[in-house]
Amino acid sequence: MPIDKFKTLTSPGIPLPIENVDTDQIIPARFLKAVERKGFGDNLFRDWRYDSNNELIEDFALNNPKYSGEILIAGKNFGSGSSREHAAWAIYDHGLKVVVSSFFADIFKGNALNNGLLPVQVSEDFLTQLFETIEKDPKSSFEVNLKEQTFENKATGESVSFEINPYKKECLLNGYDDIDYLVNMKDEIEQFEKNR
Amino acid sequence: MEPKTLFDKIWDAHVVKQVEGGPNVVYIDRHFIHEVTSPVAFLGLEKRGLKVLRPEKTTATPDHNVPTINQHESIKDELSRNQVEALKNNCTKHGITHHGLGTEGHGVVHIIGPEMGLTQPGMTIVCGDSHTSTHGAFGAIAFGIGTSEVEMVFASQCIMQPKPKKMKIAVNGTLKEGVTAKDIALYVIAQISTSGGTGHFIEFAGSAIESLTMEGRMTLCNMSIECGARGGMIAPDETTFEYVQGREHAPKGEEWDKALAYWKTLKTDEGAEFDTIYEYDAADIEPMITFGTNPGMGAKIKSSIPTGDDLSGSDKISFDKSLEYMGFNPGDQLEGKAIDYVFVGSCTNGRIEDFRAIASFVKGKQKAENVITWLVPGSKAVEKQIIAEGLDKIFEEAGFALRQPGCSACLAMNDDKIPAGKYSVSTSNRNFEGRQGPGARTLLASPLVAAAAAVTGKITDPRDIM
Repeated sequence: MPIDKFKTLTSPGIPLPIENVDTDQIIPARFLKAVERKGFGDNLFRDWRYDSNNELIEDFALNNPKYSGEILIAGKNFGSGSSREHAAWAIYDHGLKVVVSSFFADIFKGNALNNGLLPVQVSEDFLTQLFETIEKDPKSSFEVNLKEQTFENKATGESVSFEINPYKKECLLNGYDDIDYLVNMKDEIEQFEKNR
Repeated sequence: MEPKTLFDKIWDAHVVKQVEGGPNVVYIDRHFIHEVTSPVAFLGLEKRGLKVLRPEKTTATPDHNVPTINQHESIKDELSRNQVEALKNNCTKHGITHHGLGTEGHGVVHIIGPEMGLTQPGMTIVCGDSHTSTHGAFGAIAFGIGTSEVEMVFASQCIMQPKPKKMKIAVNGTLKEGVTAKDIALYVIAQISTSGGTGHFIEFAGSAIESLTMEGRMTLCNMSIECGARGGMIAPDETTFEYVQGREHAPKGEEWDKALAYWKTLKTDEGAEFDTIYEYDAADIEPMITFGTNPGMGAKIKSSIPTGDDLSGSDKISFDKSLEYMGFNPGDQLEGKAIDYVFVGSCTNGRIEDFRAIASFVKGKQKAENVITWLVPGSKAVEKQIIAEGLDKIFEEAGFALRQPGCSACLAMNDDKIPAGKYSVSTSNRNFEGRQGPGARTLLASPLVAAAAAVTGKITDPRDIM
């Protein structure tokens, strides 16, 4: 499906200073049984958001009312583990548009980009500063400008640039997806098959 | 000609187009699908009014969700049943071969592909499952993809991927007795961490790797995703050709000769460059077991849990959180810790060789009374072979129950869940929090270490009771 166009956003961040957040934490396997893309946002970080009696764990960042916004800021090696795209769907459907970390697992990164969820990779030092900024003031905001490839910590005024594949950047800015691109290549693909 | 790596040879032969400033359009030879990551891709395809371009290149089987007992009955869990039925219906609609529950060809997708000869050297192979890396054991480029990419393969038989970097991991020397491919995997991941391979495709090489059987090579390549790599591969050799020859979908006659001649060219040329190289001595590898909540948190079975004193900041927070979840203390001895469950199976260690290893170990021994064991064959073919060889009798006499094929307790999507707080020595691939059920505590290990734990009821070096 065409994805939503990514627009510059300014928002507070939700901190998750844990490393190696794997896809089983993002969305446990037992919630992958749907045959449609529906309802995954409700089960985002299910076992960290709810205890074994299904009671909300109030101090978990996503439940804590002092945190808000569309940017998730997480420890290094975010999204390791399975290839389930449900992880990217769950984050996006929960209302988050950007995940910031100092390192992303490959498959997660690809899945995120294919769904309009922007992974922003920053240095470990900068990431630490982001956590400190939020700790001081949870309402302080960050600006994500995809066109300029910049991420700004409004509280400190420090802005860093981030990498993104130029093709993927165009896709996100314009809401294109790869399937349209590939379907338009049908003749070239058939030619490739003939030449093998 | 410029020397090329094994990876480059195969990748370059499959690039349909290099997108300006973007990824490669890569042609896919073999596509495997299962019930969990395909339904939304089929829906997407239909919403666009598209058909599956090359249905003969896709093979389906339900594995993640299926029960591992009473498979002849209708699946009780409604959501699981819906997914399994949706896969069957989608395959019928789109002309895709489907190996349904209970049929001869059924099994874990990464087990049946090689068994049927669908997995061959030189291929590009994808599946909406990260352990697709398993097929790299044959000298193929095989990796896991997301559902959007599954839809891409349906629509165009291609996906768009940036070319990864290349890593070589060489293990030279002779493996000690009791040390298996699983131990090599856990050892390497403990060395380079769960993110050490990110952005890379690994080629495993060296004499210790060459000495592995195809089953062992599959176990090792299967786990390559656990160090963050897109996949792992091993150059095909006589061991590979012998395994493939004669299988249902393997080339026959003249086609075989032609294929074989090509496959023999699939090795890294002398002087070809890698972005990253690691070298290990096989003699340094011991039976391994994990103690934490990611596969990089593994140690030699005779050692202790690290103290974590050298860590700080978020590293320390994550380490402490992990040990707290596991109910372990820093510095604890691993041997002797009591365990509750043993799970043998999964795409990592659910092949016939794994069950043979366990059978020969437990023959004449008895399962510890307090331990619950689940032996889950990776496929119907493995199950049949277990019975044909009489291994099921050995298991029965030792007090182990044999179940039916599926992913089972590896990810606990079906009823095979480890209860909260219980310790499970598991031959699967991930020890993440809740992976084997909410609150379950997973210790990853080889089939031998799992068998030893089943017999003694605690973490045990199998070499001590062989």
